[in-house]
Amino acid sequence: MADPSIKLACRNVWKLFGENPASVLQCHGGKPSLSDIQDAGLIGAVRDANLDVRQGEIFVIMGLSGSGKSTLVRCLSRLIEPTGGEILFDGQDLLQASEQEMIEFRRHKMGMVFQHFALLPHLTVLQNVAFPLDVQGVSRTEREIRAREVIELVGLAGREGYFPRELSGGQQQRVGIARSLAVEPEVWFLDEPFSALDPLIRREMQDEFLRLQSMLQKTIVFITHDFDEAIRLADRIAIMKDGEIIQIASPEELVLNPATDYVAEFTQHIPRAKVLTARAVMRSLPSGEIPARASLAGEIAATDRIESVADKVEAAELPFAVVDTEGTAIGLLDSRIVVDVLIGRGR
Amino acid sequence: MGFDLRKIGPVAWFWIGAFAVSLVLAQYAKGWSKAMGAKWLMKVPRDLRIPMKKDVSVFMDWLVEGAHFGLFTFKDLTRGLSWLIEQPYLLVKSVLVTGWVEGLGDEAVQHLPPLTWIAVIAIVFAMGYYAKNWKLAALVGGCFAYLAIFGQWQSAMVTLASIAIAVPLGVTGGLLLGIAGYRWQWFNRLLQPILDLMQTVPIFAYLVPILFLFGFGPVSALVATVVYAMPPMVRITILALQGVSPEIREFGVMAGCTGRQMLWKVMVPSAARGLMVGVNQVIMLSLNMVIIASMIGAGGLGYDVLTSLRRLDIGGGLEAGVAIVVLAIALDRLSQAFADRAPPEHMELETRFIRRHPWMLTCVLIVLGTGIAGIFATPFQTYPSVMEITTGPFWEDLVKWINVTFFDQLEAAKTFMLVTFLVPVKRFLLGLPWPWVLVLVTIAGWQLGRFKLALLCFALTLFILVNGLWAKAMVTVYLCGVSVVIAGIIGIPIGILAAQNKQADRIVAAFIDTLQTLPSFVYLIPVVMLFRVGDFSAMIAVVLYALAPAVRYTAHGIRSIDPHLIEAGIVSGCTKRQLLWRIKLPLALPEIMLGINQTIMLALSMLVITALVGTRELGQEVYIALTKADTGRGIIAGVSVACIAIIADRLIAAGSLRAKRRLGLET
Repeated sequence: MADPSIKLACRNVWKLFGENPASVLQCHGGKPSLSDIQDAGLIGAVRDANLDVRQGEIFVIMGLSGSGKSTLVRCLSRLIEPTGGEILFDGQDLLQASEQEMIEFRRHKMGMVFQHFALLPHLTVLQNVAFPLDVQGVSRTEREIRAREVIELVGLAGREGYFPRELSGGQQQRVGIARSLAVEPEVWFLDEPFSALDPLIRREMQDEFLRLQSMLQKTIVFITHDFDEAIRLADRIAIMKDGEIIQIASPEELVLNPATDYVAEFTQHIPRAKVLTARAVMRSLPSGEIPARASLAGEIAATDRIESVADKVEAAELPFAVVDTEGTAIGLLDSRIVVDVLIGRGR
Repeated sequence: MGFDLRKIGPVAWFWIGAFAVSLVLAQYAKGWSKAMGAKWLMKVPRDLRIPMKKDVSVFMDWLVEGAHFGLFTFKDLTRGLSWLIEQPYLLVKSVLVTGWVEGLGDEAVQHLPPLTWIAVIAIVFAMGYYAKNWKLAALVGGCFAYLAIFGQWQSAMVTLASIAIAVPLGVTGGLLLGIAGYRWQWFNRLLQPILDLMQTVPIFAYLVPILFLFGFGPVSALVATVVYAMPPMVRITILALQGVSPEIREFGVMAGCTGRQMLWKVMVPSAARGLMVGVNQVIMLSLNMVIIASMIGAGGLGYDVLTSLRRLDIGGGLEAGVAIVVLAIALDRLSQAFADRAPPEHMELETRFIRRHPWMLTCVLIVLGTGIAGIFATPFQTYPSVMEITTGPFWEDLVKWINVTFFDQLEAAKTFMLVTFLVPVKRFLLGLPWPWVLVLVTIAGWQLGRFKLALLCFALTLFILVNGLWAKAMVTVYLCGVSVVIAGIIGIPIGILAAQNKQADRIVAAFIDTLQTLPSFVYLIPVVMLFRVGDFSAMIAVVLYALAPAVRYTAHGIRSIDPHLIEAGIVSGCTKRQLLWRIKLPLALPEIMLGINQTIMLALSMLVITALVGTRELGQEVYIALTKADTGRGIIAGVSVACIAIIADRLIAAGSLRAKRRLGLET
């Protein structure tokens, strides 16, 4: 039986572009190699993707352009029909769903935010946000009440009567976000939602996004080509290259144990203090050993990021105890370790 | 800079050689073929001919007389269709022209008068303001007032009524076909060649079969108009729908739209701006066609021009012609303003209907007010004829004066062009033996597009041959050729100038826009008055009509060159002249070729109309067929013109694509 905490999963998903992709997939026993695909004159946009998205987590798919990340997220929502594999939504295979069932799925369980906003130019903000409810046949008063709620939520109250072209990029994307949330989706797809925005606005929108997520606790698949953004937002990250998922891990694990040189290339320039937790860099205590209180400057939670405790640890002469959720000391953190992390010195 | 002979490639050498041989052949082939007893070289022998026109005529007869679709005959179908079209037409006509009338002739009782002239002017004025601003309102209002003051009101309203029916039909039909073409690949594949053909078959050729099917009268004219004006709408619809960003489409799917919701709630509204361009096109083409369709019974302004032309009543023709132009300008500006109309600023969500539509209300009041006033005082109903101004005699005198004063100069110019340019080219083309032309065209196809294009060129040329239209086709090629050359000589430099100079651009744009809004028919009037009938007049009318694309595409081609390349040229120390010749022109060449291509298409379609002024080419063939209602003859001649157009179009398009590829502008 499938793990109930897994909301959305894909198993051996392939997407090949070109002539007759299904037979090529069959022909090589469902697992053609890169050269098999090229020999057949096809393009392997997604190759053998496997991933699990857990209930309530922000799952980021990161890759450079052409890596297949956009194709993969479109396979997950069946905007693009995968060549092979399974897409499991609460354990049910979406690829087996009929057209009608898919419409129902999309109407009630999925929401999507697009890179270039995809707002309808002839509708006002209110009408745009209410649109998904409109196509469901929700009555006008009801859908406008709901639309006003989400518009309020994304901080656009007072702009209901504006047309998209009267809004800035950031505001337009807020409308896009509000629209995707109007139907209270269970899974929320965001396809490079902030890539078209200026860096400052992008940061502001990321904060806004985290704020919304802390309130809503949606299951999120977030696509980006920006590794910093991925690190900042993700609970877990899948890194894609040439249609393949190279590694799926938490930001911290990625930094500590990059699976390949390609991943290491990304992580190299990341400020490690922002990613690593006290647990990851502490000097472990042999189990059962309890450090003397007098030899400590204080306590730090194991999940704290180095960035947030660096000042305090660096200033103290004595090490801090790192404690787990039960309050048991599991390691020590001293200024030397913190400085190592800050200046990126290897251990 | 010397001319380096080594730079000429083998292909170019071949064509230089071929041209030389052609020159010799044109001069002597006739004599040789006579001497050798091989007359078939010059004149397509009878045995080779296949009388397709008879078959077509027989088929059409069968269609009208015998064809049966189980429950109803073909005749029932056409009758039903014409009834369907006639009803709204009669309705609009009664609103604009006749009023609600019962009974016929003297016994007619008018229940309700038509819209008063004041009401119509007020309505277009309000539309102008609604679509853009006071300036436009004044322009359109003024145009319509002109029609009233200069005594063209009745005819203009008849024409307007036809357009008011043809445009919605054309737009709806085009939209639906375009949507179908967008939705279903196979339908699109079916549609494209038909659209290609419809754009290249001359307008007149439509008239013949339609006249045959629907009979003489306004319905035929309407059908012809709709058929003619629809293809661009179909194309624009497909393009506009394809141009909707894929993200918007994906959003529609993700919102859970059904197919129908997707189409009408997402795709069509998102493509609305593009679609409005299509509507403008339909209006302009309808206007153009309604005028021509007056030959098969549309009445209105076109009919006035036509009868005046036939009577050589210069003043009357010019007056009606100017009225067409005025109407065209008003409709064009109005529909364009609707297309570019900046939608309202963010709107207050709840307002009353009357508050939201103040103009509608005003118009209704004016319509009712003047209508009631008109019952008591005729001047409110129809513009008083004592106050009408007629400019007919003035034009008559002016033309007479020009003809008397400048007769020698005009005649000299005409003779000079005829002797040095037109006649030699005509002789040259007519002197070529047909097998030689067939071979050359096929080789050109081979060089630019390999087997497929060569086959196409060969087959289409053969079609003309076997139908025994060779000589007329060559005259068509000659007239079209000289006109295009002259249009190019005039148009390309103007285009270059417009691209480089903002001031010139504004003037040229205004001029070209006006030229393009004029229905093709109108060009004939001044030309015929000054130069009388003949090849020279035809050529001038064609040049005027076909000039626009040569200018537009050249200017566009030069403007769209990557500015970095021009900067690179300036930094390399190019003089202005070098910049033009070494960088701008070569890079703009593919675009200029497309402009020439369009020029050829327009020239061919205009040529058929110039048959009215007595040219002897395929257009005349169509025209004769029209007057004799000889369907087969008309269709075959029309398709022959289309063959020439398609050959020219495909060859130039292939050449342009090749040039683009060489320049790396397209892969």
